[in-house]
Amino acid sequence: MHSYDYALLLAFFAIVLLPAPWLGRFYYKVMEGQRTWLTPILGPVERGCYRIAGVDPGTEQSWQTYTLALLAFNLSGFLLVFGVLLLQGYLPLNPQHLPGQEWSLAFNTAVSFMTNTNWQSYSGEASVSYLSQMLGLTVQNFVSAATGLAVLVALCRGIARRSASTLGNFWVDMTRATLYGLLPLCLVLALLLVWQGVPQTLSDYVKAVTLQGVEQVIPLGPAASQIAIKQLGTNGGGFFGVNSAHPFENPSAWSNLFEVSSIILIPVALVFTFGHYVKDLRQSRAIIACMLALFLIGGATALWSEYQANPALSNPQVEQAAPLEGKESRFGTTGSVLWTVTTTAASNGSVNNMHDSLNPISSMVAMVNMMVGEVIFGGVGAGLYGMLLNVLIAVFLAGLMIGRTPEYLGKKLQAREVQLLVATLLVMPLGVLVLGALATSLPGPAGAVSNPGAHGFSQLLYAYTSASANNGSAFAGLGANTTFHNVMLGLGMLIGRFGYILPVLALAGSLALKKTAPVGQNSFPTHGPLFVTLLLVTILLIGGLTFLPALALGPVAEHLSLGF
Amino acid sequence: MTTLVRPALSLMLLMTLITGAVYPLVVTGVAQVVFPEQANGSLLRDDQGQVRGSLQIAQAFQGDAWFQSRPSAADYATVASGASNLAPSNPALASRVDASAAILFTAEQGPVPLALLTTSGSGLDPHLPPAAVAYQVPKVAAARQVPVQALQGLVEQFTLQPLVGPPVVNILALNRALDQMAPVLK
Repeated sequence: MHSYDYALLLAFFAIVLLPAPWLGRFYYKVMEGQRTWLTPILGPVERGCYRIAGVDPGTEQSWQTYTLALLAFNLSGFLLVFGVLLLQGYLPLNPQHLPGQEWSLAFNTAVSFMTNTNWQSYSGEASVSYLSQMLGLTVQNFVSAATGLAVLVALCRGIARRSASTLGNFWVDMTRATLYGLLPLCLVLALLLVWQGVPQTLSDYVKAVTLQGVEQVIPLGPAASQIAIKQLGTNGGGFFGVNSAHPFENPSAWSNLFEVSSIILIPVALVFTFGHYVKDLRQSRAIIACMLALFLIGGATALWSEYQANPALSNPQVEQAAPLEGKESRFGTTGSVLWTVTTTAASNGSVNNMHDSLNPISSMVAMVNMMVGEVIFGGVGAGLYGMLLNVLIAVFLAGLMIGRTPEYLGKKLQAREVQLLVATLLVMPLGVLVLGALATSLPGPAGAVSNPGAHGFSQLLYAYTSASANNGSAFAGLGANTTFHNVMLGLGMLIGRFGYILPVLALAGSLALKKTAPVGQNSFPTHGPLFVTLLLVTILLIGGLTFLPALALGPVAEHLSLGF
Repeated sequence: MTTLVRPALSLMLLMTLITGAVYPLVVTGVAQVVFPEQANGSLLRDDQGQVRGSLQIAQAFQGDAWFQSRPSAADYATVASGASNLAPSNPALASRVDASAAILFTAEQGPVPLALLTTSGSGLDPHLPPAAVAYQVPKVAAARQVPVQALQGLVEQFTLQPLVGPPVVNILALNRALDQMAPVLK
């Protein structure tokens, strides 16, 4: 590692950690409708939206109504994107005259963007028109992240409120999250990216003649605006096929720093938002400590692994250095590994290097980050509500150990809550192990792999993990654009999204109804180092026990066979 | 049910308008005024105004008279871009690397830098690390009949050292300067 590698890591942690307490408070104020410095500009827009939609921002919803509203909104988004992608050939803003997508691909893409996964079985510049990028995909980038944020604040209110029957208003939460929470940051990031060289234009692709006289088509488009939200909204769907490895999508070491920090900027801040809801910032610090520990363990392991020269390339004529296949010169090893770890810790899924070509242990870190449910900072909203489920499970385990009714912040966890918690534990195994096993055992679908041996299995394991965890990154050699994989991965994404959202909202409703018991001498503290350790072990045990056998067959076997 | 349908549809349409149309158009408007060069693809034009490429996008360079770009798995295709996605354990990777090394290797300079033997993530990587450019200097100097020192100076001049990333040389910019400094003898 060189001095610029350390500078990158230092700058990254400074950008994501330092503003988090302030930004977290901002999100609390915004979501609770308090006045901020943006209110004079965005307030009229917000009120206009409610008037047109016939929403009374003062009315609150029960958890059931909140859930139905969320589902209705997501369904309308799905139908809009599905329709636009099928019909883009007949719609305007399509300078390259791209045809409509095939139905299974359009289904996969629509589900993918609605669920904040952004798995892409297509290559943007070759199969999605400017109109589809803007009206279809960019919009879902915003509202899927806003949906995650809405679910999170509903859960926060459920924990914080006493004997309450409502959780807030979904329409209001979604609108505020989009307008105040995402748009202003996106505007700033988009312009920073254009400054660094990301295109932002509605003109046609440009025809060039290279220095040696060969014709070259230069793809353009309104890229910066979409890349800003795909990073900040933990979406990850690239404007161009190779995502943030594309020099137009991520042109320099600086744009790389801005983009990779944007992935977890909001998720880190939201941990503090939670602290404001429950009026106890010690809880936030404990959760941040646990997330940071998991992030550092994974990051250090991946860096160590990726700096090893590939033994398969030992040849006296070849430089023996950290592997560069699938990596860009301007990012180097550290800039690539930092991205890989961050994008899989959060549910982002954008890539700036090709994960298929990573050393096996680095790619295993990426898989583990997703398999634990993307709770290491995680997606916007989704990461923290996933983490809070783990917190409740850890509290439950602690309760079993000391023989008391488990209690979190004064709320008793009883049979109904534990049932809902267990239901969420089944989501990842169902998506990864059941759907993944199906894909691996059928000769047709298994034929999509492009690398031999253990790595071929890893390609399928990674795909189903990524879909179920709503990540969207891939071992991109996998030929995933088949009807089977488009439909099954789409199913995995739906299970992975709503398999969490529905129980989380039910849990929030059930917790809100409860009285808050006063914190007494016998309460189990959930903010000290002891609890952080317990939480860490809970997360690793649940993920480890479930997925260790599958990982042994994939990346571990490949690592051993290469003779590192 | 209607209490759900009206807000769902109207808010989806409103968000589409705000985030799908107003937001990208505002960014486009500001970007076109403040950063027109970058917003339009960092295009490189010759004296006649013909577009010769984009500084962000690699070009294929054939022959000894030019610095070679970072190898591309998709043969520098721009629509669509692509990578090899070869696993480290895939025998095809080792055999391709060995074959390229056999062509580029010179005993005087030692092992070939990995960046010249591996394909990039985008297939359009416009840069190379300085060591991978230096390795090509003797060959290019001979083909253009210019002193090695002059080329080394040129490479140094085109080396970028960002604070938060590895040093790189833009091959298109370098080759254009090279061609202006020492045109190929026809």
